[in-house]
Amino acid sequence: MDIVVLSRWQFALTTIYHFFFVPLTLGLGWFVAILETMYVKKGNPMYKRLTKYWGRLFLINYAMGVVTGIVMEFQFGMNWSEYSRFVGDVFGAPLAIEGLLAFFLESTFLGVWIFGWEKISKKLHAAVMWLVAIGGNLSAYWILVANGFMQNPVGYEIVNGRAQMIRIGALLGNPRAILLFLHTFFSGLVTAAFFILGFSIYHLVRNHETEAFKKSFYLSALIGLIATAGVIDIGHLQGIYLRQVQPMAAAASEAHYETADPAAFHLIAGIDQTGRKTTWSITIPKALSMLYFFRPYGEVEGINQIQARYEELYGPGNYIPNVPIAFWTFRVMVGVGFLMAAVMLGALIIALKKFPEKIIKGSGWLVWIILLPYIANTTGWILTETGRQPWVVTGLMQTKDAVSPILTPGTVLISLIGFVLIYGVLMAIDLYLLLKFAKKGLINVEVDSIPIAAVEPTKKHGGK
Amino acid sequence: MDLNILWFILITILYAGFFFLEGFDFGVGILLTSLTRKDVERRAIINTIGPHWDGNEVWLIVAGGATFAAFPHWYATMFSGFYLGFFLLLFALIIRGVAFEFRSKSESPKWRYGWDRAISISSFLAAFLLGVVFTNLVRGVPIDANMQYTGTFFNLLNPISLLGGVTVVLLFCFHGANFLSLKLTEGLRAKAHTNAKMYFTAALVFALGLFAALFFTKSAFSSKGLVTLILPVLAAAAMIVSRVMMGKKHEGWAFICSSLAVVFTVGALFLALFPNVMISSTNAAYHLTIYNASSSPYTLKVMSIVAAIMVPVVLIYQIWTYTVFKKRVKADAKGLTY
Repeated sequence: MDIVVLSRWQFALTTIYHFFFVPLTLGLGWFVAILETMYVKKGNPMYKRLTKYWGRLFLINYAMGVVTGIVMEFQFGMNWSEYSRFVGDVFGAPLAIEGLLAFFLESTFLGVWIFGWEKISKKLHAAVMWLVAIGGNLSAYWILVANGFMQNPVGYEIVNGRAQMIRIGALLGNPRAILLFLHTFFSGLVTAAFFILGFSIYHLVRNHETEAFKKSFYLSALIGLIATAGVIDIGHLQGIYLRQVQPMAAAASEAHYETADPAAFHLIAGIDQTGRKTTWSITIPKALSMLYFFRPYGEVEGINQIQARYEELYGPGNYIPNVPIAFWTFRVMVGVGFLMAAVMLGALIIALKKFPEKIIKGSGWLVWIILLPYIANTTGWILTETGRQPWVVTGLMQTKDAVSPILTPGTVLISLIGFVLIYGVLMAIDLYLLLKFAKKGLINVEVDSIPIAAVEPTKKHGGK
Repeated sequence: MDLNILWFILITILYAGFFFLEGFDFGVGILLTSLTRKDVERRAIINTIGPHWDGNEVWLIVAGGATFAAFPHWYATMFSGFYLGFFLLLFALIIRGVAFEFRSKSESPKWRYGWDRAISISSFLAAFLLGVVFTNLVRGVPIDANMQYTGTFFNLLNPISLLGGVTVVLLFCFHGANFLSLKLTEGLRAKAHTNAKMYFTAALVFALGLFAALFFTKSAFSSKGLVTLILPVLAAAAMIVSRVMMGKKHEGWAFICSSLAVVFTVGALFLALFPNVMISSTNAAYHLTIYNASSSPYTLKVMSIVAAIMVPVVLIYQIWTYTVFKKRVKADAKGLTY
């Protein structure tokens, strides 16, 4: 295998892994802040216990997000040095600003939040959690400004073969970045809402602390329904904008090989990548035009026509991303998205009907809904990043030219295997801890902390 | 002064801030397992840095990001060239970060003991690797006309850079022990005193050895001459004053002086580098400088404005967090946050 393939695998695995933790951090921060604010306003200790319960799960998840995030920043230089040289002028700035403006805020105040319960006033403590949530979501904005430039480069000019920033405003207002951010912001809320809903069901089924978990259930269903609607809505706008600025990625996500007006929508299809056509499909006539233009006609350019156009524009080459990946990840993401909206609607109805005993009793298996947002988040990013290929920066630089030329396959293999091993082990530990504390239930406010080790390690290896 | 110089100074400040802040929490991490075997005491030690270490680590992330934004070629050449070194550093930082969060999440002594050891080893490894990287920066590494590193991983592991690695570890232990003496009580405080004195001697000897080695072999120090030794001398002086203050039980002053020693050391490395950012041992014409490695003036200007507004704000709220947790941490199970 060559260094491009290995580096891509490493980047893909470390990014996907990182993004298992990020959305929950983004969304759960808001919920914890809301619960703590309710505690400050109402003085009801139940809210404090809920704040601590969800807050602890937030922290276990947060730690993983942070340590896997540093890997992302270093990897651009380590594996993609030519990319870094080419875009550092434009791409480095949002990354640096992210640290200064957002990540400092989030991590500094999180330290205060964890250790500051008795040291600062209740109100200030709640305000600190709001700063943490704001910091995290601001981080997402800056990272997506950087990613938005890779998707839809704006505000730059090419000088001596390097992209140079000429308008920061264009970069910050890049519609591709704004839409990515809003989509991510809502997916964070959705992820957290399902997380809370799932574990609330777990406890309600077992009759634990029903008052508190009904509150959690209701709050997550309410916010979750709004957020799933937001995700779907912004997602659609993203699709429309994608067709304008990355028509190839859009066409690939629909396996739309030939230009048509009106264009039909493939619900599912068989894809022949070498023959560059669909072999069979279940199709809704005119629906693709409808989705893009809100009317039953309108030309949608096909993969083969775009390929021909790009060959003229950029020279000979294959400008088609992996169509089955784009097509199927898109369908899974959208399908799960609608399923999530339905679940949230059902949950809200159950909450408004005062949790009928019969329904709650039989819904233990619904804990699994926690996984739904993870499926949608992951497929969504796979679509976004593979749909852009062969480009690392759309129209400006191809992925194969972005890699660090001095690397050897052996070196990258070492780090790839290293990351897979450590990430595998940490995932197991993280899941173990999340489940342990999620199942354990609410924290007793008086005995505020996790019990101190009953036995102190005295022997050489500390064990029993 | 042009923006390229300004950004070189800013990045120096960011790395100096990182070494100063994360320096003591790396030191505390390294010392954790050797200071005590009692769980509650270990928790007290961790709680001295608990509220701060994550914010401290962001200094590295911002320094890295600023290098990327202001000097993309520096970032690209260094991170790709030192690939396995940075991979190991990431490995250490990953283990360290989760260890702090996970160690108290079970009551099993085995579990806690294991994570404590992970904290010590990963803190050691991270400090050591940073020493190796920065020593190599001032010694110079093989770089060709296309700004590409042409050596291997083993070029980085030369005797002097290994000496640099050990020096940074010892310096951080000294600095960390000073911090602990300021933050702990009773028996632990006394232990921190003893450690500060012990690591003072070792750190001073190694630091003097390192700077002598850099001065008498081919490096940014030897090529510039005596002027590069001003800051190392100041660093050594600060260490000595720190030791004297510790002897007089002025823990605050001892910590301030060890902080200055760390800052002067980082300053010495960057001052020796200037105006280069990476030195090519292949050919002086291939050095990466603050001009040929930099971003456009426009980017530097935008970044300058952001830094001018945000750096003071960050400093204010980070200092505030240290005032919130200014009390000493007692090794008393009831008062500790787990």
